[in-house]
Amino acid sequence: MEMTFDVKSMDFKRAGEAAAKIKKALQLVGMEIDTVRRAVIVAYEAEMNIVIHARQGTLTAKVHPDRLEIEANDEGPGIPDIDLAFQEGYSTAPEHVREMGFGAGMGLPNIKRFSDELEIESKIDVGTQLKTIIYNQTSGE
Amino acid sequence: MQKYFHSVMLEKENCKGCTNCIKHCPTEAIRVREGQARIIEQLCIDCGECIRRCPNHAKLAITDTLDRLNDYKYTIALPAPSFYAQFGPGVMPHHVLGVLLELGFDHFYEVAVGAEAVSAYLRRYLDQSQRPRPLISSACPAVVRTMQVRFPGLLENIVPIETPMEVSARIAREEAMEKHGLKDEEIGVFFITPCPAKVTAIKQPFGERSYVDGAISMSSIYGEVLNRLNSTGSNLKSTLSPVQGVGWGKTGGENHAIKDHSLLAVDGIHNVINVLEEIERGGLYDIDYIEAQACTGGCIGGPLVPQNPFVSRVRMESLLKELGTRGEQELNVPSDDQFYRLSETILPRPTLKLSDDVNQAIQMLEEVERIYADLPGLDCGSCGSPHCRALAEDIVRGSAETSFCVFKLRDKLQQLAREIVDLSHMQPPAMGRVANGSKEDAKKDEFME
Ligand code: SF4
Ligand code: SF4
Repeated sequence: MEMTFDVKSMDFKRAGEAAAKIKKALQLVGMEIDTVRRAVIVAYEAEMNIVIHARQGTLTAKVHPDRLEIEANDEGPGIPDIDLAFQEGYSTAPEHVREMGFGAGMGLPNIKRFSDELEIESKIDVGTQLKTIIYNQTSGE
Repeated sequence: MQKYFHSVMLEKENCKGCTNCIKHCPTEAIRVREGQARIIEQLCIDCGECIRRCPNHAKLAITDTLDRLNDYKYTIALPAPSFYAQFGPGVMPHHVLGVLLELGFDHFYEVAVGAEAVSAYLRRYLDQSQRPRPLISSACPAVVRTMQVRFPGLLENIVPIETPMEVSARIAREEAMEKHGLKDEEIGVFFITPCPAKVTAIKQPFGERSYVDGAISMSSIYGEVLNRLNSTGSNLKSTLSPVQGVGWGKTGGENHAIKDHSLLAVDGIHNVINVLEEIERGGLYDIDYIEAQACTGGCIGGPLVPQNPFVSRVRMESLLKELGTRGEQELNVPSDDQFYRLSETILPRPTLKLSDDVNQAIQMLEEVERIYADLPGLDCGSCGSPHCRALAEDIVRGSAETSFCVFKLRDKLQQLAREIVDLSHMQPPAMGRVANGSKEDAKKDEFME
């Protein structure tokens, strides 16, 4: 089961819609509460990254019984220093975006914190590809 | 599975199947089938939104009547703070409480007093608790049920604290037992309720037991209270009516009573859902406490209140001003923290999944997507489901058919009509007779004879 959503740059009004749809789908599938909770945060942050930094991109969720894969692909400036980008509070978001309360530099750190596996590839002036996996661990184990 | 009680019901005779209600239900719990609305019980959070929306008054709440007072030896009225704001200027809590005694209650206990006590405990709790922020109020049962159904991941943010209603009922009950030597079952405690959600919270409490025995809707006794207010005048001279506790009746009142923390108040169930979504995405962690009420304006905007909420807001404001001029009063409430703790954890109600088997559920979800892609996407609601995606889900769950969609039905009919026309041109030789008989037919007939 796979779902793909287009994400537009600077479209703050619609930001979060893809994450919300992914959440609904996971609840229909009956994924564990913790899986859903983590997925919402990862999907939302990935979506926001595209909204804030990229020109355009897509968010894809692949639903398997034992895991969820969330992928974000964008066309944009790319990330010059990936290690730095994973530091909490480090942000390259433009000032006017930060004034809106977004882009506090928690995006990638949160994605890392709430996913089980993470791969990222970025090319300057081309774009960024992010792949994450969240395992659907049964609670009470 | 135990049958789930909920207070909001459909009055079948009044329902015209107009589908006005289905779009406004925050948990998408209503379907119209065979010309009648139906509430999917497990999903209903008793917010009463459909009661407000139904133009035919076909949605109602199950509440108790004053007759039930006869079932008990000793009865106690528990008026919600919002009740005080339902009357004209100059009507003070002691007038209203006096009338409640005249209506047949032996005693009363103001929920405002319980609210004041809960506020004091909340302040202590917020100072100490290490739990993840933002913490969320437990006071509005419709909000808590919304979270059980749609936001199970956030249940741990709810403060494990009993509601002012339960706290008040327990204090009143224990006082009556001690003072009058009554047995627990001889006492009937009745909440004067602004909403169906509280009725459900009594029948199906979040804690171990409810100390309340029944709920009487504010609207249902309003007329009688009004009449008596005008005629007799009460013999009560004053009451406790603590100002902050009374303030809980409107939005912002709870936060006002807590003070000194980073607080957010949100009212109206759809706004509440937006805020919950934000928390779920990892936001608002800088806020300590969220007061969330399903009704716009707070409980004074409840579905079972008689007064227009804009009027009652003004009444509430001036009442609070008046009460604020009185000095602080000593409230005789338990100081033991344990008294206020919710005895059980609030559990999720995972009612949305398509199947218990994940593999099958994924397949069904694919089917939902496939059907949805083929529906017109107008979300018109004529099919009796709240929107096209919900219809797709209903079809996959087996409770609806594609032909429920009027556009699909029209397509099908057009196709059928074309086929009928085509067919009519293709008569088999054995069936060639036409009613008024053409020449050719006549010839053939001749030949055959
Ligand atoms: S009371 Fe609320 S949740 Fe229940 S059916 Fe009506 S609108 Fe839906
Ligand atoms: S806001 Fe108050 S009146 Fe409305 S549902 Fe919640 S508790 Fe009931």
